[in-house]
Amino acid sequence: MNGAALLEIRNLRVRVEGQEILKGITLTVRAGEVHSIMGPNGSGKSTLAQVLAGREVYEIVEGEVLYDGEDVLRMSPEERARRGIFLAFQYPVEIPGVSNLYFLKAAVNAVRKSRGLPELDAMEFLALARERAKLVELDESLLQRAVNDGFSGGEKKRNEIFQMALLEPRLAILDETDSGLDIDALRIVAQGINALRHPDRAIILITHYQRLLNYVTPDVVHVLYDGRIVKSGGKELALELEEKGYGWIAEGVIGSVRT
Amino acid sequence: MSSGRDETMRYRAHFAVWNEIVRAREPAWMQAQREAAFARFEALGFPTTRQEEWRFTNIAPLLRASFHLATTPAPLPEDDWLTPYRAWGAHHLVFANGHFVGEVPANGHPPRFFARGIRALLQEAPHLVEPYLRRPVEELPHAFIALNAAFLTDGAFVRIPRGAVVREPIHVLFLALGQQEPLIVHPRNVIVAEENSQATIIESYVSLDDSHHFTNAVTELIVEENAVVQHYKVQREGRAAFHMAAVRIAQARMANVFDFSLALGAALARTEITAILEGEGADCTLNGFYWARDQQLVDHHTVIEHVAPHGTSREFYKGILDDAARGVFDGTIIVRPGAQKTDARQVNKNLLLSTEALVNTNPRLQILADDVKCSHGATIGHLDEEALFYCRSRGLDAEMARELLTYAFASDILQEIAFEPLRRRVREWVLMEWPDGERLTEML
Repeated sequence: MNGAALLEIRNLRVRVEGQEILKGITLTVRAGEVHSIMGPNGSGKSTLAQVLAGREVYEIVEGEVLYDGEDVLRMSPEERARRGIFLAFQYPVEIPGVSNLYFLKAAVNAVRKSRGLPELDAMEFLALARERAKLVELDESLLQRAVNDGFSGGEKKRNEIFQMALLEPRLAILDETDSGLDIDALRIVAQGINALRHPDRAIILITHYQRLLNYVTPDVVHVLYDGRIVKSGGKELALELEEKGYGWIAEGVIGSVRT
Repeated sequence: MSSGRDETMRYRAHFAVWNEIVRAREPAWMQAQREAAFARFEALGFPTTRQEEWRFTNIAPLLRASFHLATTPAPLPEDDWLTPYRAWGAHHLVFANGHFVGEVPANGHPPRFFARGIRALLQEAPHLVEPYLRRPVEELPHAFIALNAAFLTDGAFVRIPRGAVVREPIHVLFLALGQQEPLIVHPRNVIVAEENSQATIIESYVSLDDSHHFTNAVTELIVEENAVVQHYKVQREGRAAFHMAAVRIAQARMANVFDFSLALGAALARTEITAILEGEGADCTLNGFYWARDQQLVDHHTVIEHVAPHGTSREFYKGILDDAARGVFDGTIIVRPGAQKTDARQVNKNLLLSTEALVNTNPRLQILADDVKCSHGATIGHLDEEALFYCRSRGLDAEMARELLTYAFASDILQEIAFEPLRRRVREWVLMEWPDGERLTEML
């Protein structure tokens, strides 16, 4: 195995509007690893992603989440971001009137400031942005446009990976970044993710489909079903899922309950 | 408290004083008109919330205050109060407490328009303004307009001659300066854009201190055939001020009007804009942005009346209400029987930043023709929780995220301000009110 545990989730139970969505998740992710969390709609994948990034609408019923040994559930979303947790949104938000470039400059400088690094000025940031934009073949005109405003679905997803490249997180959670992409866009996104694999960085790929994993090879694949991780394994598990569908897992879960 | 009828009594004493001052210097028709207006005001009394038009705007605080008539201009302060407007390259007409105090021409060529203070014209060349002061507006059953007609103090008279294209904006600047007593001023502006002319008019109301005062303004825009006018009303009075304004727009055939109302100041501010598209093919845009905080009340009442065929109107108002502020938007579109092929659209969107803030939005359509396109829509919403989370997940703190998204809400309506130097200035005025305004400015 790789380095020390970067993220440790212990028996995490989460409720929203009175309904339990996560029913006891335990997961350890080490620096340098890529984990894929797969599961059918409604299994709790996005909830897990949002809870890790600090969305406040969820109620933590039980359990803990340690990031670098610290209790992350006490931290505000911005504090998590500044400490290196990044969530690529399934549905990136449009912010009209605010240029992508300036928004990201503020984000990068907020992170740099909290790490004790000097803030980048406009010229330095522009140079960095241009370089990182190439990773995901993001057209430079999109830097000047308002954040996600009028972006196509593929452009929004690429913009998320571009943000990740700029913010250089230690823990990146990608929530269905592959969904809805055509094969060319998927390849570009995957190429960006691969370029950002690093021994100090852990990546969690949340996905509904196995397709992305043709391009990004995970170290571990987990199957999330009805708020629980019901199966973990190597990349071959993803292929098995692709072949047999989630029904196979469902039968297994129900079967195990019966026995 | 009574209907406000008793409060009208206070104004009787004012009227006697004012009459004494103006009687000897003005033509008899003006005198007669003032008398008639005052009689109409007394008959009407101040409006109350029992009247449909005033249901959500309680003027009781205004009636409680005791104002003195500003009979002379106040001396202007030493510091350069023109600084915020220098970059506009405008021709400035400056009024202090409602009285004309001077003119600052734009650089370069002599102006291609005629501009004077109305008070001076009434004394020296009344025939020039007579046709515009003896108009139907004088007869309207409206207490504040009647009051303005009775006390008409001064204001800008601007005439853009036939075919003239005036590039530099004409800035009519009303400065309020505190005196010992709270003052009331009654500005009247008349803007005439003759056939085929083009001009940009900016009408500003600004307080130079935080004194109590009451501005009761009336502006008439007479836009003749095929003339093109941009008119901005910029209201940035102090938080202790009361502001009542009526803007009346008359558009002849093919006349094109773009009007923008910005309301940022005053304790209680109401702007009524009425555009009458009298000629065929007239085009009217009424846009506006209001932002109220604390206990502010900001009210816009607009009426667009399509009288002739082939008229187009577009109306887009956005407002932000914070703290315990109240907003009122009431927009009426009337399409008269003859006004076939009218194309009218109205949108009003509001953002509430607190649980105490409140807005009443009321679109009204009266369509009396059968071949028309009319639509309207109104929304009231809060900041999107998911968008806030998105910003915070990128490292921006909660306060910054809120301000950024509030700005994002306003960005499209501010973008409508076609005169770029004003747009930049308005953006600054909005941003500098926020704790993170400076950081935010860098991001835009």
